[in-house]
Amino acid sequence: MNETNDSNTPSCPGATLTPAEITRRRFLERLSLVAGGVGALILMVPMAGFILAPFFARKQEFWRSVGKVESFKIGETTAVQYQDASPLPWAGVTARSAAWLRRVNADTFIAFSINCTHLGCPVRWLAEANLFMCPCHGGVYYQNGAVAAGPPPLPLPRYPVRIKNGEVQIQTSPIPITK
Amino acid sequence: MFKRIFNRTRTWVDDRTGLPTAILKMARHLVPPDAKWWYVFGSATLCAFMIQVISGVALAFAYIPSASQAYSTLQFISDDAPFGHFLRGLHYYGASAMVLMVGLHMAQVFLFGSYKFPRELNWATGVLLLGFTLVMGFTGQLMRWDQNAVWSIVVGAEQAGRVPFIGKWLAHFTLGGDTVGGATLNRFFAIHVFIMPAFIFAFVGLHLWLVLRHGISEPPKAGKPVDPKTYRQEYKELIEKKGRPFWPDAAWRDTVFCVGMIVAIAALALYFGAPQLGKPPDPSIIAATPRPDWYLLWCFAVLALLPHGSEQYFMVFGPLLAGLLLIALPFISNRGERSPSRRPWAIAAVVMIVLMITSLWVKGVRAPWSPNFHPEPLTASVVGASSGPVFIGAQLFHSKGCLNCHLIGEDGGRRGPDLTDVASRLPKSQMILRIANGGVNMPAYAANITQADMDAIVAFLQSRKIQRP
Repeated sequence: MNETNDSNTPSCPGATLTPAEITRRRFLERLSLVAGGVGALILMVPMAGFILAPFFARKQEFWRSVGKVESFKIGETTAVQYQDASPLPWAGVTARSAAWLRRVNADTFIAFSINCTHLGCPVRWLAEANLFMCPCHGGVYYQNGAVAAGPPPLPLPRYPVRIKNGEVQIQTSPIPITK
Repeated sequence: MFKRIFNRTRTWVDDRTGLPTAILKMARHLVPPDAKWWYVFGSATLCAFMIQVISGVALAFAYIPSASQAYSTLQFISDDAPFGHFLRGLHYYGASAMVLMVGLHMAQVFLFGSYKFPRELNWATGVLLLGFTLVMGFTGQLMRWDQNAVWSIVVGAEQAGRVPFIGKWLAHFTLGGDTVGGATLNRFFAIHVFIMPAFIFAFVGLHLWLVLRHGISEPPKAGKPVDPKTYRQEYKELIEKKGRPFWPDAAWRDTVFCVGMIVAIAALALYFGAPQLGKPPDPSIIAATPRPDWYLLWCFAVLALLPHGSEQYFMVFGPLLAGLLLIALPFISNRGERSPSRRPWAIAAVVMIVLMITSLWVKGVRAPWSPNFHPEPLTASVVGASSGPVFIGAQLFHSKGCLNCHLIGEDGGRRGPDLTDVASRLPKSQMILRIANGGVNMPAYAANITQADMDAIVAFLQSRKIQRP
């Protein structure tokens, strides 16, 4: 636009400066840049720390009860809901997690992640077909979680389960992220 | 009298701020005389962005970016707030228009060779603005904070997780923790409402600054290639000889087009309204069918159709490579012919990209790779039997999940081959083999069904033959 507009630019004084003045100007220039940098850093560090806070949070794992042992039939696979590891006060329903829980025999349970290993969509259990099916891109898993068909690269992950005081408990786990 | 007061005020403001003169000077900058209707898409993109700013600010008066409350404020905005439904519609169709106009603007600039010398950085900043627009589209869809939003974030985190070395870290950052939860929405809210708009404002400013600096490119003429040595001088001569002031000689077309676009967006918002809210954002509701909004539906199709095992590379390097290639374009070729009639490969590239995105989009709408989770039980007239092995086979075909992926007549899923007429092409032995062993996209049923079940299903399939005259 106005790159040729020279009338307003002050005439360059550098040409007539003595060496002492040049070093003074250089010093002031550097001083301002360094001071500005320090100021920016003072503001940046806590800000970045705040935004990146989730990385510094200590990993928390809790055992959550999902029901009495008797309430699950042997051989059946049911969806169970529980609170995730770090429910914030304002999380509402988003603090809930789910897993597919199967009672294999009197005292053995398996908990499968609901997240497909392809892209994390929630897989559904088809009881009569004995298959898990994913609604997104058509991934299918056998009842033991092995990949049966479609794009999933890995078997369905399992979560730790235990029985305590007659209750089935699932250990809260991060959403499995396929590498 | 009023005129005198107005003039005196203007002179005073001009003296104290210098703005009226500066703005007028920019508005009156000279543009090539034949820059006509092809040149409206950039302004239209900016206009769509302004619609987004205005409707977005209005929505922010009621929206609460909280994991537990966002969904109910959306219900309130949609159902109770005066004009709320209309405003949501405006924001949705405004976003759609912005994506569309960015695409058209880009295609026009590419086809006219306007990205060549000296406008390389006009193009590069434009590519960044395209990226920002898509980020706004994705994060905006999440602001609805329904079930679809929650699962879109999980899908996003899984994709981020495939990045080498820092994948886990990125996925963690996307979710704001180990799982979707209280921290998740606010990250995307801050990105959607503060960070990205700030970037867009800054880069639109830079983009326009560059437009003023280098001038609007003249429509290309075949046989008149860009030579960096002479281009500037030629452009200067053209503008000095034939240039017209942008305002109002060229700007009226932008204005007319933008008003037309606003009317269209408002009409769509009024008539169709914003997309329906899905189920609440409860990650433990398993019956979910996550789908992106239309402008990213083709990505959904890409992820479904890639050869298994290659997604890892595509998900990470695909977008990265596409972005780098786009930015690099004017640095690879910044001289030579601008006219599309002398650049057949440029036309071919645009046609290819449009065809590719359209066909992926059509596939994405139909999503044949997604199983049908609620196929109707097959009717007696379709089965053609009410007892015996064919009838039992039909029952099993439904209960064993075959119908979720295979069509029988009009009923079933589209993941696998249509089996309406399977008996015409497969002998019994082949059927047994395929059911027992499965395939790439089909589970092996050998360990999953009894011999009797297999016999019944095969009997049913053998009865699937279209009677031909």
